[in-house]
Amino acid sequence: MYPEYMMESIKKVEQTRPKRLELAKKFGKKVFPGMSEQEREDILNNYHPDYKDDALRELRIGPNKGDKIINEVVDIMESYPRDYPEIFDLNKVDFETDVLIIGAGSAGLSAAIEASNADADVLLITKLRLGDSNSMMAQGGIQAADQSDDTPVLHYLDVIGGGHFDNKPELVEALVMDAPPSIKWLEDLGVMFDKNPDGSMMVKSGGGTCRNRMHSTRDYTGAGICRVLRDEVYNHPDKIKYIEYTAATELILDDKGQCAGAIIYHLESKQYSIVKAKTVIIATGGFGRLHIRNFETTNHYGATADGLVIGYRAGANLLYMDSVQYHPTGAVFPEQIVGFLCTEKIRGLGAQPVNSEGELFVYPLEPRDIEASAFIRECENDLGVTTPSGLKGIWLDTPLIEELSGEGTIEKNLPAMLRQYHRFDIDIREYPMLVYPTLHYQNGGLEINAASETSISGLFVAGESSGGVHGRNRLMGNSQLDIIVFGRRAGKNAAAKVKKGVQLGKLSLEHVEKYIKEVDSIGVDKKRIAPIVLPDYIPDHVKAKQLSSEFQGTLF
Amino acid sequence: MSIQREMINIYIGGELFQVPEGHTIMMAFEYSGFQLKRGVGCREGYCGACATVYREKGDYKLKGGLACQTVVTDGMTIAMIPFVPAEKPVYDLNELTPDVGTFTQLFPSVFRCVSCNTCTKACPQDIQVMDYVQALIRGDIAKAADLSFDCIRCGLCALRCPAEIVQYNAGILARRLYGKYLSKNSPELEIRLKEIEEGKYDKEIDELKKMPGDKLSEKYYSREINIS
Repeated sequence: MYPEYMMESIKKVEQTRPKRLELAKKFGKKVFPGMSEQEREDILNNYHPDYKDDALRELRIGPNKGDKIINEVVDIMESYPRDYPEIFDLNKVDFETDVLIIGAGSAGLSAAIEASNADADVLLITKLRLGDSNSMMAQGGIQAADQSDDTPVLHYLDVIGGGHFDNKPELVEALVMDAPPSIKWLEDLGVMFDKNPDGSMMVKSGGGTCRNRMHSTRDYTGAGICRVLRDEVYNHPDKIKYIEYTAATELILDDKGQCAGAIIYHLESKQYSIVKAKTVIIATGGFGRLHIRNFETTNHYGATADGLVIGYRAGANLLYMDSVQYHPTGAVFPEQIVGFLCTEKIRGLGAQPVNSEGELFVYPLEPRDIEASAFIRECENDLGVTTPSGLKGIWLDTPLIEELSGEGTIEKNLPAMLRQYHRFDIDIREYPMLVYPTLHYQNGGLEINAASETSISGLFVAGESSGGVHGRNRLMGNSQLDIIVFGRRAGKNAAAKVKKGVQLGKLSLEHVEKYIKEVDSIGVDKKRIAPIVLPDYIPDHVKAKQLSSEFQGTLF
Repeated sequence: MSIQREMINIYIGGELFQVPEGHTIMMAFEYSGFQLKRGVGCREGYCGACATVYREKGDYKLKGGLACQTVVTDGMTIAMIPFVPAEKPVYDLNELTPDVGTFTQLFPSVFRCVSCNTCTKACPQDIQVMDYVQALIRGDIAKAADLSFDCIRCGLCALRCPAEIVQYNAGILARRLYGKYLSKNSPELEIRLKEIEEGKYDKEIDELKKMPGDKLSEKYYSREINIS
């Protein structure tokens, strides 16, 4: 329950609610004017964390040398490998496969299904369990322009405008044109989309969409999809082998520069193995657990950007690693769920963001970076509410949903959200949620083409670890779409490449040796190693007694 | 202004540790120096990786919960479940029919349900587990799919079931059967698929791909917004 002093602010929210309800009844979603191009630019410059002077610094090595990118990403790029190349005997191959997939969220799982459908042998590895991923956690929806008042052309405009026109056009085309077929593919696999009795899709709007095109499976959309894909992977033991609790710590190339496999590491048995693969798909997700600028995150425990590190060391280039997506609505109270994602669907259903005085201050469905900046502005201008642990937030007025659409709307549409808050004695049907932007998504990543392939032959990337699809800002519902579209493309194209014939030369880790020399030349602490593999939340006074804890990330 | 917290005693695998009150079980493990590999995932109650059994001070009952969602109490004794070695039958969804016969074949244990409701009591998601098992026995796939919807596959139901049912694996099959066979097709989707196949949007998309930035921006900001 909220402490008394917070209840005082809630009273102000309750006082303005009837007026705001009237507004919503009259104008629908347009309860506040949307920002112009100039206003958007101003608010980003003044309040968005990416635009702070010290957010970025120059990367000194590798293909993107000289680019200014996010500090925390520079740290993991300018780092030493977990293990030195000379300790591995690449002549002793432990596993051989057509397609090695690193990461088992929905992108990796989709890739595995498509590659096996195309008759390729797949080895799928994940450092936690199959399906343990950000994919599983997505709540709100998946976009696809399949309604009669909508077109892929409008979807294209929304994607590229939301991305500040920095998206790679060929990738946006792939995303929007593959969207309806992807919905069909998922439904054929048994995903239960929210539908009306006549079979038509129940669709909602999201931040930055010009039509209702958000498909959902209640507020478990990510799980609704990911658990079906996982179940399907379990059903192909003949074609898809998988190994859990296993991270890829380095890619292997061959003497012709083709991608040829990976060094993999089992977290529990601590054994390394060598995988020789005709093609490799990186589907390792994003970087939320790097806690950029000390932000809390909505991300999965495994979101440490391992794929970026090993792909970059192998020579693949990065795109748009100067931008971070902060989801506008992360929980800041109660403290057990700080950072927890409060789906955009809540605003899609009509909840309005209001400040400590109960005033509506922004159009509720601006693109995420704009909306987040507006929340930060309120808090920096003393119009936020401070929690007992010192965090600030603004209100998301959920009771309005029921007043707008009737009792039971929240239980029906937001069961996960209702349950989460209920566990900590807050009924979101009666009281608003206190929220603040939370680190949510890696907009950029390793550059791919429309075939989901990088500049390195045989190296594919799909999902959050790729760059270019969303430009510098992703819209809600387009990451669930991205992982299916490009996961499938990566799987199909990797299998096709194998079918056409891949001749691997001598396996090599020369690129890692070269990279180490580059790291040596800029002088960084030898203890700075990557990939991190797992984050570390052990408090300092305990770490002081753990003799191996001087290393960043996973303990040895 | 960070708050000072009382320390409380908890017993991880029977060993005493002191942790701040208000921590979840997962936070308490980490506070105590455990770097988790198993039993940790999304940390937000969506993935089911952190099924945990615990007993509270003065109570004889063994309770189940998610480590990331359960707050520690003074005197709590805790064991995380690393893995549930339950059986998962392999099937080809294309060859199945959405009826009771599929379940008699693939999940015969479902029909051994003794209606004890232990599964429902064990579920950290408050799912009416026994009810969906009973729905499967009646061949009501739609009901089972609906009732089991919020399952996160933590495994606590199967671990407690005296009839050895693997409820969560039967639940996902029910949902997949419903999604594939029992829900009606979307007419709009079928039309759009055909349009895409016929190349209806190719020309317009191609124009957008080649459009200079200022024109594209103009087109974006002037697009009609029609949402409800």
